[in-house]
Amino acid sequence: MTRLSLLLVVFAALALVPLVVTSEFWLNVCVLTLFSALIGQAWNILGGYAGQFSFGHALFFGVGAYTVAALQVRLGVNPWIGLVLGGALGAAVAVAVGWLTFRYGLRGSYFALVTLAFAEVFRILANSIPWLGAGEGMMIKLAAGPGMLQFKNLANYYWLLLAMTLACFLAVWWLDRSRLGARMLAVRDNEDAAAAIGVDAFAVKLQAMALSGLFMGLAGVFYAQRYLYLDPGLAFGPTESVEALLVAIVGGIGSLFGPLLGAIVLHALSEAAQAALGGLPGANMVIYGTVLVLMVLFLPRGLASLFRQRPQPVEPPDA
Amino acid sequence: MLELRHLSKTFGGLRAVDDVSLTLAEGSIAALIGPNGAGKTTLFALMTGFHPPSGGSVHFLGHDVTGEKPFRIARAGMVRTFQIVQPFAGQTVRENIAVGAHLHIADRAAALAKAEEVARRVGLADRLDRDAADLTVAGRKRLEVARALATEPKLLLLDEVMAGLNPSEIRDVIPVIRAIRDSGITILLIEHVMQAVMELGERAWVLNQGRLIAEGAPRALAADPVVIEAYLGQGMARRLAKGRGDA
Amino acid sequence: MLNLTILWPAILNGVTTGALYALIALGLTLIYGVLHIINFAHGALLMVGLYAVYFLFRFLGLDPYVSLLVVPPAMFVLGYALQRGIISRAAHGRDENILLVTLGLSIVIENLALMLFSSDTQTVDTAYGFATVDVLGAFIPVPKAVAFAGAVVSALALWLFMARTDLGRAIRAVAKERKGARLVGIDVEHVYAMSFGIGVGVLGIAACLLLPSYYVTPQVGHGFILIAFTIVVLGGMGSFVGALIGGIIIGVVEAIGGLMLGESLGQIGIFAIFILILLFRPQGLLGQRG
Repeated sequence: MTRLSLLLVVFAALALVPLVVTSEFWLNVCVLTLFSALIGQAWNILGGYAGQFSFGHALFFGVGAYTVAALQVRLGVNPWIGLVLGGALGAAVAVAVGWLTFRYGLRGSYFALVTLAFAEVFRILANSIPWLGAGEGMMIKLAAGPGMLQFKNLANYYWLLLAMTLACFLAVWWLDRSRLGARMLAVRDNEDAAAAIGVDAFAVKLQAMALSGLFMGLAGVFYAQRYLYLDPGLAFGPTESVEALLVAIVGGIGSLFGPLLGAIVLHALSEAAQAALGGLPGANMVIYGTVLVLMVLFLPRGLASLFRQRPQPVEPPDA
Repeated sequence: MLELRHLSKTFGGLRAVDDVSLTLAEGSIAALIGPNGAGKTTLFALMTGFHPPSGGSVHFLGHDVTGEKPFRIARAGMVRTFQIVQPFAGQTVRENIAVGAHLHIADRAAALAKAEEVARRVGLADRLDRDAADLTVAGRKRLEVARALATEPKLLLLDEVMAGLNPSEIRDVIPVIRAIRDSGITILLIEHVMQAVMELGERAWVLNQGRLIAEGAPRALAADPVVIEAYLGQGMARRLAKGRGDA
Repeated sequence: MLNLTILWPAILNGVTTGALYALIALGLTLIYGVLHIINFAHGALLMVGLYAVYFLFRFLGLDPYVSLLVVPPAMFVLGYALQRGIISRAAHGRDENILLVTLGLSIVIENLALMLFSSDTQTVDTAYGFATVDVLGAFIPVPKAVAFAGAVVSALALWLFMARTDLGRAIRAVAKERKGARLVGIDVEHVYAMSFGIGVGVLGIAACLLLPSYYVTPQVGHGFILIAFTIVVLGGMGSFVGALIGGIIIGVVEAIGGLMLGESLGQIGIFAIFILILLFRPQGLLGQRG
């Protein structure tokens, strides 16, 4: 079976989930899992493929969410248009941040810091601008119906999310067999060597930023439409940033199915913990943090590396 | 095809490359030799845009490419390898070479096919699906050459591709390099292995402390007292000459 | 209208707060300078220190300043153990892995605190908590004045330690030339852990000085960590003097920004500095390009 057919079979099976899972609670768990897979895959494009670790990916998520919310609430623009603009703006902000940082050659720790700081700047701005609802946040008016991108039925939200997630996974499948993807991996593994054989590392990183920001923006649009409420902490706070990178790291960065695997494992863990500990505040995050530490210590290439034939070296070549 | 005019580079107070001018003709194999720390690798870095020169200019195929970005110079057809090999670890040999092939080939399958063909040319065909990180030193050196070769360069700059190889490995590499030249690619190599320079080089420049001190056919240079002194130190040439006279 | 009677107290407030920021940043810059890693758990570890001071006060009646004898050494041990036991084992040759592991640690520590101590804000009531001193016409709280003095003394002590002691010299040797240090027989892993321990121990000092005029919650570290990053970047990664000056600059910018733009937007000034420095002078205002 080719990777594409495997991918399509998996998503076809996922599409049947709402027909099987009738419990609202469990369907919601499925929505959350799928959501994690989406933002994890978006992070994976930049972190796993292009090798740039962002600690502030909520930035692009928040931009998408605020775009669709503000357009509806303040200007009465239809959320379908908001969906397009939210994704586009997520990508545009990502390119702008990338242009600023990569132009000056900031890599590694610096890039993680810059993304974190930009997310924080946007959080403070959203907190201070009345047009964006400032500290109280923004409430989207209830108006269920496909035309308003709102649904009474959770299953419909699930399918909307599934479509976005499929698009994101298809993008990564395409990367795996395209020149851009090959160049991303080259830049990730050795920027100088890539440049020496004609790879424009700056352009490649910007394209990775754009793709990653696009899907984070779409995830933001979904979030806003699903909960119809948004505030600066939800949109730009550390939660989504951590979730995105955690899902990718756990699943296995630089792999197509890794983020889906990571999302399923993490949510299974978190549900088990909820059941055992009864929803103590913070318990979930303790588990997430512990998993992150353990993964980096013992399985730095993620769960996907367990399924791979070829051994993945974790150490750079001696040089 | 390549012309360096008064090229200089200073790091802090150190003149790593000092007023180097040379002209390289198309279709030849030329060598850049000199003792350790003479500035050879720095000169490559200046030519390919990895360091901006402090003075002078680089002209390639009639264009001034001084200070251009490395990827642009590679696209123009001047491609270097690294003395300290830089494989894309975690990717296969085939994938490594394909990155080079992608310079002119957009299609993934075509680039992978091209990688296979290039691997055959440098003798890596049997290791195509090996992880690049698992290659031996000799294998990695070949991979460096293959990746550069896959970009279809007009001028190939090879930085010590034979260092660290044993004599039989060196014997294997020499025909590979000659075949590359025969396919129409001009080659400039930095080399410490004098045997290779003698066999391959049609012309050589000697760099010492950043300056060009001699130029000519490799065999003539090997007998040049100025060159011997640069390598072996003051007075050595005289003593050698004396020794020869006595014999 | 801004005049000196409003501005002076703000500046004074900024300088005293800035000195504390500088102390927190000193630990971060020491760790960066030696290990070349950014410790994302720095804020969470400060929070641990603050809770330690708080509980010592609440259950043993220990004055926060008396805790200076207990908390910093305990924090040092914690830092040493974290580096030796977890962080050093995570690298696998890639800096990104260290970033990730310190991020993971910060998530665990913060949320454990949330589970154990709830998100309630805790403060200590001391006799001197609301006392003030008059500095050229502006009144500043006694705890802030003490914190300022304590921060300056600690920074000087740390500087002397690095300059004069064998361990300090070893740390500087490792920071400069890791391989060379190993060759001359320095136990590099030990020096790493000592540096990390000292960096975290300094956080213990900061916690003792901070709590009388501040509060503690599980998330209290958030507010400090980006500020500390900004200071370290501003002063030049790894530079002690840079951290001190950077801390004071940031304290003053925050105070004046808050005065002019309001509390929440005032912080924008800090991040604007942060991003501008990272973009245009990543080596820091005082650092050298290399």
